[in-house]
Amino acid sequence: MNRGHKKFLALSHVVLIFVTILCILPFYLLIVASFTEEKYAVTNGFSLIPAHLSTDAYRYLLTKAYLFGRGYLITFIVTICGTLACIFITMAFSYMLSRPGLPFKGFFNFYVVFTMLFNGGLVSTYIMYTQTFHVKNTLWALILPNLLTNAFYIIMVRNYFASNIPEELLEAARIDGCSEAGIFTRVVFPLSKPIIATVGLMVGVAYWNDWQNGLYYIDNQKLYGIQNILNAINENAKYLMTGGGSGAMQMPANTSRMAAAVIGIIPILIIYPFFQDYFVKGITMGAVKG
Amino acid sequence: MAAKKKKNYKRWIPVFLLGLPGFLYLFINNYMPLYGLIIAFKKFDYSKGIFGSPWAGLSNFKYLFATRDAFIITRNTILYNLAFIVLDTVFGVAIAIFLNEIRKKATKKIYQTFLLLPYLMSMVVVSYLAYAFLGDRTGIINGFLTSIGKQPISFYMEQKYWPFILLFVYEWRMIGYGSIIYLATLVGIDGSFYESAELDGATKWQQITQITLPLLKSTIIMLVTLSMGRIFRSDFGLFYQVPRNQGLLYGVTDTIDTYVFRALMKNGDIGLSSAAAFYQSIVCFITIMIFNALIRKYSKEDAMF
Repeated sequence: MNRGHKKFLALSHVVLIFVTILCILPFYLLIVASFTEEKYAVTNGFSLIPAHLSTDAYRYLLTKAYLFGRGYLITFIVTICGTLACIFITMAFSYMLSRPGLPFKGFFNFYVVFTMLFNGGLVSTYIMYTQTFHVKNTLWALILPNLLTNAFYIIMVRNYFASNIPEELLEAARIDGCSEAGIFTRVVFPLSKPIIATVGLMVGVAYWNDWQNGLYYIDNQKLYGIQNILNAINENAKYLMTGGGSGAMQMPANTSRMAAAVIGIIPILIIYPFFQDYFVKGITMGAVKG
Repeated sequence: MAAKKKKNYKRWIPVFLLGLPGFLYLFINNYMPLYGLIIAFKKFDYSKGIFGSPWAGLSNFKYLFATRDAFIITRNTILYNLAFIVLDTVFGVAIAIFLNEIRKKATKKIYQTFLLLPYLMSMVVVSYLAYAFLGDRTGIINGFLTSIGKQPISFYMEQKYWPFILLFVYEWRMIGYGSIIYLATLVGIDGSFYESAELDGATKWQQITQITLPLLKSTIIMLVTLSMGRIFRSDFGLFYQVPRNQGLLYGVTDTIDTYVFRALMKNGDIGLSSAAAFYQSIVCFITIMIFNALIRKYSKEDAMF
Protein backbone atom coordinates (compact mmCIF):
# COMPACT_ATOMS: atom_id res chain seq x y z
CA MET A 1 0.00 0.00 0.00
CA ASN A 2 1.54 3.32 -1.02
CA ARG A 3 1.14 6.69 0.63
CA GLY A 4 -1.56 7.97 -1.67
CA HIS A 5 -3.58 4.89 -0.92
CA LYS A 6 -3.21 5.27 2.82
CA LYS A 7 -4.21 8.92 2.63
CA PHE A 8 -7.31 8.04 0.66
CA LEU A 9 -8.21 5.28 3.09
CA ALA A 10 -7.91 7.75 5.95
CA LEU A 11 -10.06 10.24 4.05
CA SER A 12 -12.66 7.53 3.47
CA HIS A 13 -12.83 6.80 7.17
CA VAL A 14 -13.12 10.48 8.06
CA VAL A 15 -15.98 11.04 5.60
CA LEU A 16 -17.80 7.85 6.55
CA ILE A 17 -17.50 8.54 10.26
CA PHE A 18 -18.84 12.04 9.71
CA VAL A 19 -21.81 10.79 7.68
CA THR A 20 -22.45 7.99 10.17
CA ILE A 21 -22.62 10.52 12.99
CA LEU A 22 -25.04 12.63 10.95
CA CYS A 23 -27.19 9.55 10.40
CA ILE A 24 -27.44 8.56 14.04
CA LEU A 25 -27.34 11.97 15.70
CA PRO A 26 -31.11 12.57 15.33
CA PHE A 27 -31.87 9.22 16.96
CA TYR A 28 -29.52 10.00 19.80
CA LEU A 29 -31.17 13.39 20.24
CA LEU A 30 -34.62 11.80 20.18
CA ILE A 31 -33.67 9.39 22.95
CA VAL A 32 -31.95 12.04 25.07
CA ALA A 33 -34.92 14.38 24.57
CA SER A 34 -37.35 11.71 25.70
CA PHE A 35 -35.44 11.36 28.97
CA THR A 36 -35.20 15.10 29.64
CA GLU A 37 -37.18 16.88 32.33
CA GLU A 38 -40.14 18.65 30.73
CA LYS A 39 -39.59 21.94 32.54
CA TYR A 40 -35.95 22.04 31.52
CA ALA A 41 -36.81 21.23 27.89
CA VAL A 42 -39.37 24.02 27.70
CA THR A 43 -37.05 26.71 29.05
CA ASN A 44 -33.76 25.64 27.50
CA GLY A 45 -34.74 23.46 24.56
CA PHE A 46 -33.50 19.94 24.00
CA SER A 47 -29.78 19.52 24.19
CA LEU A 48 -27.32 16.98 22.93
CA ILE A 49 -25.63 16.64 26.28
CA PRO A 50 -27.86 14.70 28.63
CA ALA A 51 -28.88 16.96 31.50
CA HIS A 52 -31.77 17.06 33.94
CA LEU A 53 -32.73 13.51 33.17
CA SER A 54 -36.12 12.22 34.06
CA THR A 55 -38.37 9.32 33.20
CA ASP A 56 -41.53 11.41 33.52
CA ALA A 57 -42.33 11.14 29.82
CA TYR A 58 -42.26 7.35 29.92
CA ARG A 59 -44.16 7.22 33.18
CA TYR A 60 -46.81 9.40 31.60
CA LEU A 61 -46.97 7.16 28.53
CA LEU A 62 -47.32 4.18 30.85
CA THR A 63 -50.63 5.64 31.94
CA LYS A 64 -51.51 5.49 28.24
CA ALA A 65 -50.37 1.91 27.92
CA TYR A 66 -53.82 0.97 26.65
CA LEU A 67 -53.59 3.39 23.73
CA PHE A 68 -50.13 2.26 22.69
CA GLY A 69 -50.86 -1.40 23.36
CA ARG A 70 -53.84 -1.28 21.04
CA GLY A 71 -51.85 0.58 18.40
CA TYR A 72 -49.05 -1.95 18.61
CA LEU A 73 -51.49 -4.85 18.40
CA ILE A 74 -53.17 -3.43 15.30
CA THR A 75 -49.85 -2.73 13.62
CA PHE A 76 -48.63 -6.23 14.50
CA ILE A 77 -51.73 -7.92 13.11
CA VAL A 78 -51.66 -5.84 9.94
CA THR A 79 -47.92 -6.33 9.43
CA ILE A 80 -48.03 -10.08 9.92
CA CYS A 81 -51.16 -10.73 7.85
CA GLY A 82 -50.06 -8.34 5.12
CA THR A 83 -46.54 -9.75 4.93
CA LEU A 84 -47.62 -13.39 4.84
CA ALA A 85 -50.28 -12.68 2.24
CA CYS A 86 -47.82 -10.67 0.17
CA ILE A 87 -45.23 -13.43 0.23
CA PHE A 88 -47.74 -16.03 -0.89
CA ILE A 89 -49.39 -13.90 -3.58
CA THR A 90 -46.10 -12.62 -4.97
CA MET A 91 -44.39 -16.01 -4.98
CA ALA A 92 -47.34 -17.75 -6.61
CA PHE A 93 -47.76 -15.12 -9.30
CA SER A 94 -44.03 -15.00 -10.00
CA TYR A 95 -43.93 -18.79 -10.15
CA MET A 96 -46.57 -18.65 -12.86
CA LEU A 97 -44.59 -15.99 -14.75
CA SER A 98 -41.38 -18.01 -14.56
CA ARG A 99 -42.83 -21.21 -16.10
CA PRO A 100 -41.26 -21.87 -19.49
CA GLY A 101 -43.84 -22.15 -22.23
CA LEU A 102 -46.55 -20.39 -20.22
CA PRO A 103 -49.41 -19.44 -22.56
CA PHE A 104 -50.00 -15.64 -22.79
CA LYS A 105 -46.64 -15.00 -21.13
CA GLY A 106 -46.14 -11.74 -23.03
CA PHE A 107 -49.54 -10.52 -21.90
CA PHE A 108 -48.86 -11.34 -18.24
CA ASN A 109 -45.48 -9.62 -18.29
CA PHE A 110 -47.03 -6.54 -19.83
CA TYR A 111 -49.85 -6.71 -17.28
CA VAL A 112 -47.24 -6.37 -14.51
CA VAL A 113 -45.00 -3.76 -16.14
CA PHE A 114 -47.91 -1.51 -17.12
CA THR A 115 -48.72 -0.93 -13.44
CA MET A 116 -45.35 0.82 -13.15
CA LEU A 117 -46.12 3.14 -16.03
CA PHE A 118 -49.60 4.34 -15.36
CA ASN A 119 -51.66 4.63 -12.23
CA GLY A 120 -55.02 6.01 -11.33
CA GLY A 121 -53.76 8.30 -8.61
CA LEU A 122 -55.11 8.94 -5.15
CA VAL A 123 -58.57 10.22 -5.98
CA SER A 124 -59.88 7.32 -8.02
CA THR A 125 -58.11 4.76 -5.82
CA TYR A 126 -59.69 6.32 -2.76
CA ILE A 127 -63.15 6.46 -4.27
CA MET A 128 -62.92 2.89 -5.51
CA TYR A 129 -61.77 1.47 -2.18
CA THR A 130 -64.34 3.41 -0.20
CA GLN A 131 -67.33 3.29 -2.58
CA THR A 132 -66.92 -0.13 -4.19
CA PHE A 133 -65.12 -2.13 -1.52
CA HIS A 134 -66.22 -0.19 1.56
CA VAL A 135 -62.91 -0.58 3.33
CA LYS A 136 -63.23 2.70 5.23
CA ASN A 137 -62.72 2.18 8.95
CA THR A 138 -61.94 -1.52 8.68
CA LEU A 139 -58.64 -3.35 9.11
CA TRP A 140 -58.83 -4.19 5.40
CA ALA A 141 -58.02 -0.55 4.71
CA LEU A 142 -54.65 -1.02 6.39
CA ILE A 143 -53.83 -4.21 4.51
CA LEU A 144 -55.23 -3.93 0.98
CA PRO A 145 -54.50 -0.59 -0.65
CA ASN A 146 -51.14 -0.43 -2.45
CA LEU A 147 -49.12 -2.57 -0.07
CA LEU A 148 -50.11 -6.16 -0.77
CA THR A 149 -47.86 -6.68 -3.76
CA ASN A 150 -46.44 -4.70 -6.65
CA ALA A 151 -44.57 -5.07 -9.91
CA PHE A 152 -41.25 -4.45 -8.18
CA TYR A 153 -41.58 -7.49 -5.88
CA ILE A 154 -43.03 -9.67 -8.62
CA ILE A 155 -40.16 -8.96 -11.01
CA MET A 156 -37.59 -9.45 -8.26
CA VAL A 157 -38.98 -12.88 -7.31
CA ARG A 158 -39.44 -13.91 -10.94
CA ASN A 159 -35.80 -13.14 -11.65
CA TYR A 160 -34.78 -15.10 -8.57
CA PHE A 161 -36.74 -18.14 -9.71
CA ALA A 162 -35.30 -17.91 -13.20
CA SER A 163 -31.71 -17.97 -11.98
CA ASN A 164 -31.89 -20.07 -8.80
CA ILE A 165 -34.41 -22.85 -9.30
CA PRO A 166 -33.31 -25.43 -11.86
CA GLU A 167 -36.08 -26.44 -14.20
CA GLU A 168 -34.84 -30.07 -14.16
CA LEU A 169 -35.66 -30.31 -10.47
CA LEU A 170 -39.23 -29.22 -11.06
CA GLU A 171 -39.51 -31.56 -14.03
CA ALA A 172 -38.29 -34.46 -11.86
CA ALA A 173 -40.93 -33.66 -9.25
CA ARG A 174 -43.55 -33.52 -12.00
CA ILE A 175 -42.50 -36.95 -13.30
CA ASP A 176 -42.79 -38.30 -9.76
CA GLY A 177 -46.43 -37.28 -9.91
CA CYS A 178 -46.24 -34.11 -7.85
CA SER A 179 -49.04 -31.61 -8.58
CA GLU A 180 -48.28 -27.95 -9.46
CA ALA A 181 -49.44 -26.85 -6.02
CA GLY A 182 -47.27 -29.56 -4.49
CA ILE A 183 -44.23 -28.48 -6.50
CA PHE A 184 -44.85 -24.88 -5.49
CA THR A 185 -45.16 -25.61 -1.76
CA ARG A 186 -42.69 -28.49 -1.40
CA VAL A 187 -39.98 -27.73 -3.95
CA VAL A 188 -40.07 -24.00 -4.76
CA PHE A 189 -40.75 -22.62 -1.27
CA PRO A 190 -37.89 -24.42 0.49
CA LEU A 191 -35.48 -23.29 -2.23
CA SER A 192 -36.59 -19.68 -1.91
CA LYS A 193 -35.64 -18.83 1.66
CA PRO A 194 -33.29 -15.94 0.73
CA ILE A 195 -35.83 -14.23 -1.52
CA ILE A 196 -38.62 -14.82 1.01
CA ALA A 197 -36.48 -13.15 3.67
CA THR A 198 -35.71 -10.23 1.34
CA VAL A 199 -39.26 -9.61 0.18
CA GLY A 200 -40.65 -10.36 3.64
CA LEU A 201 -38.38 -7.78 5.26
CA MET A 202 -39.17 -5.10 2.70
CA VAL A 203 -42.91 -5.70 2.89
CA GLY A 204 -42.83 -6.04 6.68
CA VAL A 205 -41.07 -2.70 7.07
CA ALA A 206 -43.47 -1.12 4.59
CA TYR A 207 -46.48 -2.32 6.61
CA TRP A 208 -44.94 -1.42 9.94
CA ASN A 209 -44.11 2.09 8.73
CA ASP A 210 -47.30 2.72 6.81
CA TRP A 211 -49.35 5.67 7.97
CA GLN A 212 -50.83 6.75 4.65
CA ASN A 213 -53.55 4.11 4.45
CA GLY A 214 -54.51 4.97 8.01
CA LEU A 215 -54.57 8.66 7.13
CA TYR A 216 -56.76 8.10 4.07
CA TYR A 217 -59.12 5.40 5.22
CA ILE A 218 -59.33 5.40 9.02
CA ASP A 219 -61.31 7.97 11.00
CA ASN A 220 -62.07 5.71 13.92
CA GLN A 221 -59.25 6.28 16.40
CA LYS A 222 -59.74 2.83 17.87
CA LEU A 223 -58.31 1.43 14.63
CA TYR A 224 -55.18 3.57 14.66
CA GLY A 225 -51.95 1.63 14.33
CA ILE A 226 -48.79 2.88 15.99
CA GLN A 227 -47.80 5.16 13.10
CA ASN A 228 -51.20 6.80 13.01
CA ILE A 229 -51.07 7.36 16.75
CA LEU A 230 -47.69 9.05 16.23
CA ASN A 231 -49.17 11.04 13.37
CA ALA A 232 -52.10 12.15 15.53
CA ILE A 233 -49.73 13.23 18.32
CA ASN A 234 -47.61 15.06 15.76
CA GLU A 235 -50.64 16.96 14.52
CA ASN A 236 -51.75 17.77 18.01
CA ALA A 237 -49.81 16.91 21.15
CA LYS A 238 -53.08 17.05 23.07
CA TYR A 239 -54.09 13.83 21.34
CA LEU A 240 -52.28 12.03 24.13
CA MET A 241 -54.71 13.47 26.66
CA THR A 242 -57.67 11.81 24.99
CA GLY A 243 -58.90 8.52 26.29
CA GLY A 244 -58.36 9.42 29.95
CA GLY A 245 -56.39 7.23 32.29
CA SER A 246 -53.60 9.68 33.02
CA GLY A 247 -54.86 10.23 36.56
CA ALA A 248 -53.38 13.17 38.41
CA MET A 249 -50.23 13.32 36.33
CA GLN A 250 -49.80 16.37 34.16
CA MET A 251 -48.79 15.69 30.61
CA PRO A 252 -45.17 16.51 29.78
CA ALA A 253 -46.22 17.62 26.29
CA ASN A 254 -42.83 17.98 24.61
CA THR A 255 -40.90 15.10 26.07
CA SER A 256 -43.73 12.57 25.91
CA ARG A 257 -44.00 13.15 22.14
CA MET A 258 -40.36 12.18 21.83
CA ALA A 259 -40.86 9.16 24.07
CA ALA A 260 -43.79 8.08 21.90
CA ALA A 261 -41.57 8.20 18.82
CA VAL A 262 -38.92 6.13 20.60
CA ILE A 263 -41.55 3.51 21.38
CA GLY A 264 -42.56 3.49 17.72
CA ILE A 265 -39.08 2.77 16.35
CA ILE A 266 -37.89 0.15 18.84
CA PRO A 267 -39.14 -2.94 16.95
CA ILE A 268 -37.38 -1.87 13.75
CA LEU A 269 -34.15 -1.17 15.61
CA ILE A 270 -34.33 -4.67 17.10
CA ILE A 271 -34.98 -6.70 13.95
CA TYR A 272 -33.00 -4.63 11.45
CA PRO A 273 -29.46 -5.86 12.29
CA PHE A 274 -30.52 -9.48 11.77
CA PHE A 275 -31.97 -8.80 8.36
CA GLN A 276 -29.58 -6.18 7.06
CA ASP A 277 -27.89 -8.44 4.50
CA TYR A 278 -31.20 -9.47 2.97
CA PHE A 279 -32.25 -5.88 2.82
CA VAL A 280 -29.10 -4.81 0.98
CA LYS A 281 -29.45 -7.74 -1.37
CA GLY A 282 -33.05 -6.86 -2.12
CA ILE A 283 -32.22 -3.29 -3.02
CA THR A 284 -29.41 -4.42 -5.30
CA MET A 285 -31.55 -7.04 -6.99
CA GLY A 286 -34.62 -4.93 -7.48
CA ALA A 287 -33.48 -1.40 -8.02
CA VAL A 288 -31.88 -1.49 -11.44
CA LYS A 289 -34.42 -3.80 -12.98
CA GLY A 290 -37.27 -2.19 -11.05
CA MET B 1 -54.24 -31.06 -33.13
CA ALA B 2 -57.04 -29.08 -31.52
CA ALA B 3 -57.48 -31.78 -28.90
CA LYS B 4 -53.80 -31.71 -28.13
CA LYS B 5 -53.86 -27.95 -27.74
CA LYS B 6 -56.85 -28.17 -25.44
CA LYS B 7 -55.06 -30.74 -23.32
CA ASN B 8 -52.08 -28.48 -23.27
CA TYR B 9 -54.15 -25.61 -21.83
CA LYS B 10 -55.66 -27.97 -19.30
CA ARG B 11 -52.16 -28.72 -18.05
CA TRP B 12 -51.72 -25.00 -17.30
CA ILE B 13 -54.88 -24.60 -15.22
CA PRO B 14 -53.17 -25.31 -11.86
CA VAL B 15 -50.43 -22.82 -12.75
CA PHE B 16 -52.99 -20.16 -13.68
CA LEU B 17 -54.78 -20.81 -10.40
CA LEU B 18 -51.56 -20.07 -8.52
CA GLY B 19 -51.26 -16.79 -10.38
CA LEU B 20 -54.90 -15.85 -9.86
CA PRO B 21 -54.63 -14.01 -6.49
CA GLY B 22 -51.83 -11.79 -7.78
CA PHE B 23 -53.67 -11.19 -11.04
CA LEU B 24 -56.84 -10.17 -9.20
CA TYR B 25 -54.99 -7.96 -6.76
CA LEU B 26 -53.23 -6.02 -9.52
CA PHE B 27 -56.56 -5.75 -11.31
CA ILE B 28 -58.26 -4.27 -8.26
CA ASN B 29 -55.44 -2.12 -6.98
CA ASN B 30 -53.85 -0.93 -10.21
CA TYR B 31 -56.31 -1.35 -13.07
CA MET B 32 -59.71 -0.51 -11.61
CA PRO B 33 -58.59 2.98 -10.50
CA LEU B 34 -57.72 3.75 -14.13
CA TYR B 35 -61.43 3.70 -14.89
CA GLY B 36 -61.85 6.17 -12.03
CA LEU B 37 -59.69 8.69 -13.89
CA ILE B 38 -62.84 9.77 -15.74
CA ILE B 39 -63.96 11.37 -12.47
CA ALA B 40 -61.83 14.32 -13.62
CA PHE B 41 -64.35 14.91 -16.40
CA LYS B 42 -67.40 14.54 -14.17
CA LYS B 43 -69.23 16.55 -11.61
CA PHE B 44 -68.81 13.80 -9.08
CA ASP B 45 -71.60 13.05 -6.69
CA TYR B 46 -71.08 10.32 -4.08
CA SER B 47 -74.74 9.32 -4.16
CA LYS B 48 -74.67 8.78 -7.93
CA GLY B 49 -71.31 7.03 -8.15
CA ILE B 50 -68.73 7.37 -10.90
CA PHE B 51 -71.00 6.11 -13.64
CA GLY B 52 -74.10 8.08 -12.71
CA SER B 53 -72.48 11.45 -12.06
CA PRO B 54 -73.07 14.01 -14.82
CA TRP B 55 -70.29 14.96 -17.24
CA ALA B 56 -68.57 18.25 -16.61
CA GLY B 57 -66.38 18.51 -19.69
CA LEU B 58 -63.12 20.27 -18.98
CA SER B 59 -64.48 22.53 -16.25
CA ASN B 60 -62.45 20.83 -13.49
CA PHE B 61 -59.28 21.44 -15.45
CA LYS B 62 -60.21 25.04 -16.21
CA TYR B 63 -60.74 25.54 -12.51
CA LEU B 64 -57.36 23.92 -11.66
CA PHE B 65 -55.32 25.81 -14.24
CA ALA B 66 -57.06 29.13 -13.58
CA THR B 67 -55.32 29.30 -10.20
CA ARG B 68 -51.63 29.76 -9.67
CA ASP B 69 -51.65 26.47 -7.75
CA ALA B 70 -51.12 24.32 -10.81
CA PHE B 71 -47.96 26.22 -11.66
CA ILE B 72 -46.62 26.22 -8.09
CA ILE B 73 -47.13 22.52 -7.42
CA THR B 74 -45.67 21.53 -10.78
CA ARG B 75 -42.66 23.79 -10.31
CA ASN B 76 -42.04 22.50 -6.78
CA THR B 77 -42.40 18.87 -7.81
CA ILE B 78 -40.00 19.20 -10.73
CA LEU B 79 -37.40 21.39 -9.02
CA TYR B 80 -37.18 19.23 -5.91
CA ASN B 81 -36.90 16.09 -8.02
CA LEU B 82 -34.12 17.62 -10.14
CA ALA B 83 -32.21 18.59 -7.01
CA PHE B 84 -32.76 15.11 -5.53
CA ILE B 85 -31.44 13.47 -8.68
CA VAL B 86 -28.26 15.55 -8.68
CA LEU B 87 -27.60 15.06 -4.96
CA ASP B 88 -28.53 11.35 -5.02
CA THR B 89 -26.00 10.76 -7.76
CA VAL B 90 -23.17 12.79 -6.24
CA PHE B 91 -23.59 11.43 -2.70
CA GLY B 92 -24.45 7.90 -3.83
CA VAL B 93 -21.31 7.62 -5.97
CA ALA B 94 -19.07 9.31 -3.39
CA ILE B 95 -20.24 7.16 -0.48
CA ALA B 96 -19.95 4.02 -2.62
CA ILE B 97 -16.36 4.90 -3.55
CA PHE B 98 -15.44 5.55 0.09
CA LEU B 99 -17.16 2.37 1.29
CA ASN B 100 -15.46 0.35 -1.41
CA GLU B 101 -12.13 1.61 -0.15
CA ILE B 102 -12.69 -0.08 3.23
CA ARG B 103 -11.29 -3.57 2.84
CA LYS B 104 -12.27 -4.92 6.25
CA LYS B 105 -15.68 -6.49 5.75
CA ALA B 106 -16.84 -6.03 9.33
CA THR B 107 -15.97 -2.32 9.36
CA LYS B 108 -17.70 -1.78 6.04
CA LYS B 109 -20.79 -3.50 7.35
CA ILE B 110 -20.90 -1.33 10.46
CA TYR B 111 -20.81 1.82 8.35
CA GLN B 112 -23.48 0.49 6.06
CA THR B 113 -25.72 -0.50 8.96
CA PHE B 114 -25.76 3.04 10.29
CA LEU B 115 -26.04 4.69 6.89
CA LEU B 116 -29.12 2.62 6.06
CA LEU B 117 -30.86 3.19 9.36
CA PRO B 118 -32.64 6.43 8.38
CA TYR B 119 -34.19 4.74 5.36
CA LEU B 120 -36.04 2.33 7.64
CA MET B 121 -37.84 5.07 9.52
CA SER B 122 -41.36 6.06 8.60
CA MET B 123 -41.84 9.66 7.54
CA VAL B 124 -43.86 10.27 10.68
CA VAL B 125 -40.80 9.42 12.75
CA VAL B 126 -38.61 11.52 10.45
CA SER B 127 -40.96 14.41 11.11
CA TYR B 128 -40.42 13.97 14.87
CA LEU B 129 -36.66 13.87 14.37
CA ALA B 130 -36.73 17.06 12.29
CA TYR B 131 -38.94 18.74 14.89
CA ALA B 132 -36.43 17.93 17.63
CA PHE B 133 -33.99 20.13 15.73
CA LEU B 134 -36.31 22.79 14.32
CA GLY B 135 -39.01 23.22 16.97
CA ASP B 136 -39.76 26.76 18.14
CA ARG B 137 -39.04 26.47 21.83
CA THR B 138 -37.59 23.03 22.32
CA GLY B 139 -35.68 22.67 19.05
CA ILE B 140 -31.97 22.17 19.49
CA ILE B 141 -31.06 24.78 16.87
CA ASN B 142 -33.05 27.50 18.61
CA GLY B 143 -31.65 26.40 21.94
CA PHE B 144 -28.20 26.96 20.51
CA LEU B 145 -29.12 30.31 18.93
CA THR B 146 -30.56 31.61 22.21
CA SER B 147 -27.54 30.42 24.18
CA ILE B 148 -25.20 32.49 22.01
CA GLY B 149 -27.50 35.48 22.29
CA LYS B 150 -29.13 35.31 18.85
CA GLN B 151 -32.81 35.54 18.00
CA PRO B 152 -34.56 32.17 17.66
CA ILE B 153 -35.97 31.29 14.22
CA SER B 154 -39.55 30.16 13.66
CA PHE B 155 -38.67 27.52 11.09
CA TYR B 156 -42.22 26.32 10.61
CA MET B 157 -43.36 29.80 9.62
CA GLU B 158 -40.64 30.91 7.22
CA GLN B 159 -40.52 29.66 3.68
CA LYS B 160 -36.93 30.58 2.89
CA TYR B 161 -35.36 27.77 4.91
CA TRP B 162 -37.50 24.93 3.58
CA PRO B 163 -35.88 24.07 0.27
CA PHE B 164 -32.65 23.41 2.19
CA ILE B 165 -34.35 21.59 5.05
CA LEU B 166 -36.23 19.29 2.68
CA LEU B 167 -33.12 18.58 0.62
CA PHE B 168 -31.17 17.82 3.76
CA VAL B 169 -33.82 15.57 5.28
CA TYR B 170 -34.32 13.72 2.00
CA GLU B 171 -30.60 13.10 1.51
CA TRP B 172 -30.18 12.17 5.16
CA ARG B 173 -32.78 9.47 4.68
CA MET B 174 -31.55 8.25 1.28
CA ILE B 175 -27.77 8.44 1.49
CA GLY B 176 -27.15 4.83 2.51
CA TYR B 177 -29.86 3.48 0.25
CA GLY B 178 -28.59 5.47 -2.73
CA SER B 179 -25.05 4.14 -2.40
CA ILE B 180 -25.98 0.44 -2.39
CA ILE B 181 -26.44 0.01 -6.13
CA TYR B 182 -23.27 1.90 -6.99
CA LEU B 183 -21.39 -0.12 -4.42
CA ALA B 184 -22.68 -3.35 -5.96
CA THR B 185 -21.27 -2.21 -9.31
CA LEU B 186 -17.93 -1.25 -7.76
CA VAL B 187 -17.53 -4.57 -5.96
CA GLY B 188 -17.80 -6.25 -9.35
CA ILE B 189 -14.88 -4.30 -10.85
CA ASP B 190 -11.79 -6.33 -11.59
CA GLY B 191 -9.02 -5.34 -9.16
CA SER B 192 -6.33 -5.76 -11.82
CA PHE B 193 -7.42 -2.47 -13.45
CA TYR B 194 -6.26 -0.62 -10.37
CA GLU B 195 -3.12 -2.70 -9.94
CA SER B 196 -1.85 -1.91 -13.40
CA ALA B 197 -2.82 1.76 -12.99
CA GLU B 198 -0.84 1.81 -9.77
CA LEU B 199 2.20 0.32 -11.52
CA ASP B 200 1.94 3.10 -14.05
CA GLY B 201 2.11 5.57 -11.18
CA ALA B 202 -1.51 6.77 -11.29
CA THR B 203 -2.61 8.71 -8.22
CA LYS B 204 -5.75 7.72 -6.35
CA TRP B 205 -7.62 10.69 -7.80
CA GLN B 206 -6.58 9.68 -11.32
CA GLN B 207 -7.75 6.13 -10.65
CA ILE B 208 -11.15 7.43 -9.58
CA THR B 209 -11.63 9.74 -12.53
CA GLN B 210 -10.04 7.45 -15.14
CA ILE B 211 -11.24 4.02 -14.00
CA THR B 212 -14.01 4.13 -11.38
CA LEU B 213 -16.23 6.84 -12.82
CA PRO B 214 -16.15 5.54 -16.40
CA LEU B 215 -17.09 2.09 -15.08
CA LEU B 216 -19.97 3.57 -13.10
CA LYS B 217 -21.16 5.60 -16.06
CA SER B 218 -23.79 3.18 -17.30
CA THR B 219 -25.23 2.63 -13.80
CA ILE B 220 -25.38 6.40 -13.27
CA ILE B 221 -27.12 6.98 -16.60
CA MET B 222 -29.58 4.17 -15.84
CA LEU B 223 -30.56 5.44 -12.40
CA VAL B 224 -30.76 9.08 -13.49
CA THR B 225 -32.94 8.17 -16.45
CA LEU B 226 -35.24 6.08 -14.26
CA SER B 227 -35.61 8.96 -11.79
CA MET B 228 -36.21 11.43 -14.61
CA GLY B 229 -39.12 9.26 -15.67
CA ARG B 230 -40.63 9.78 -12.21
CA ILE B 231 -40.10 13.52 -12.12
CA PHE B 232 -43.79 14.34 -11.75
CA ARG B 233 -44.22 12.06 -8.76
CA SER B 234 -43.23 13.23 -5.33
CA ASP B 235 -42.67 11.57 -2.02
CA PHE B 236 -45.95 12.45 -0.31
CA GLY B 237 -44.58 11.58 3.13
CA LEU B 238 -41.61 13.93 2.87
CA PHE B 239 -43.61 16.93 1.77
CA TYR B 240 -46.59 16.29 4.03
CA GLN B 241 -44.94 15.15 7.25
CA VAL B 242 -41.67 17.05 7.50
CA PRO B 243 -43.14 20.59 7.08
CA ARG B 244 -45.97 19.34 9.35
CA ASN B 245 -48.57 20.48 6.82
CA GLN B 246 -48.05 24.15 7.72
CA GLY B 247 -50.14 26.40 5.46
CA LEU B 248 -47.59 29.23 5.59
CA LEU B 249 -45.04 26.98 3.92
CA TYR B 250 -47.15 25.67 1.02
CA GLY B 251 -45.48 28.02 -1.47
CA VAL B 252 -42.25 26.02 -1.23
CA THR B 253 -43.42 22.69 0.19
CA ASP B 254 -46.56 21.89 -1.79
CA THR B 255 -46.19 19.27 -4.52
CA ILE B 256 -48.77 17.65 -6.78
CA ASP B 257 -49.25 14.78 -4.32
CA THR B 258 -49.79 16.92 -1.23
CA TYR B 259 -52.09 19.21 -3.21
CA VAL B 260 -54.25 16.31 -4.40
CA PHE B 261 -54.41 14.94 -0.87
CA ARG B 262 -55.49 18.24 0.63
CA ALA B 263 -58.03 19.02 -2.05
CA LEU B 264 -59.57 15.57 -1.60
CA MET B 265 -59.37 14.94 2.15
CA LYS B 266 -59.33 18.36 3.78
CA ASN B 267 -61.48 20.36 1.37
CA GLY B 268 -63.52 17.53 -0.11
CA ASP B 269 -63.06 19.10 -3.54
CA ILE B 270 -63.28 16.08 -5.80
CA GLY B 271 -63.35 18.13 -9.01
CA LEU B 272 -60.09 19.90 -8.28
CA SER B 273 -58.28 16.90 -6.80
CA SER B 274 -59.31 14.53 -9.58
CA ALA B 275 -58.21 17.03 -12.22
CA ALA B 276 -54.81 17.38 -10.54
CA ALA B 277 -54.48 13.61 -10.13
CA PHE B 278 -55.43 13.05 -13.78
CA TYR B 279 -52.93 15.68 -14.89
CA GLN B 280 -50.23 13.95 -12.83
CA SER B 281 -51.05 10.46 -14.16
CA ILE B 282 -50.86 11.64 -17.76
CA VAL B 283 -47.66 13.68 -17.55
CA CYS B 284 -46.06 10.88 -15.52
CA PHE B 285 -46.98 8.34 -18.16
CA ILE B 286 -45.59 10.53 -20.94
CA THR B 287 -42.27 11.19 -19.16
CA ILE B 288 -41.82 7.53 -18.27
CA MET B 289 -42.42 6.51 -21.87
CA ILE B 290 -39.94 9.13 -23.12
CA PHE B 291 -37.21 8.14 -20.71
CA ASN B 292 -37.80 4.43 -21.19
CA ALA B 293 -37.37 4.96 -24.92
CA LEU B 294 -34.10 6.74 -24.15
CA ILE B 295 -32.87 3.86 -21.99
CA ARG B 296 -33.80 1.39 -24.67
CA LYS B 297 -31.80 3.33 -27.18
CA TYR B 298 -28.81 3.48 -24.86
CA SER B 299 -28.86 -0.02 -23.42
CA LYS B 300 -31.65 -2.31 -24.40
CA GLU B 301 -31.48 -4.82 -21.55
CA ASP B 302 -31.96 -2.11 -18.93
CA ALA B 303 -35.22 -0.80 -20.37
CA MET B 304 -38.39 -1.64 -18.48
CA PHE B 305 -40.02 -3.05 -21.60
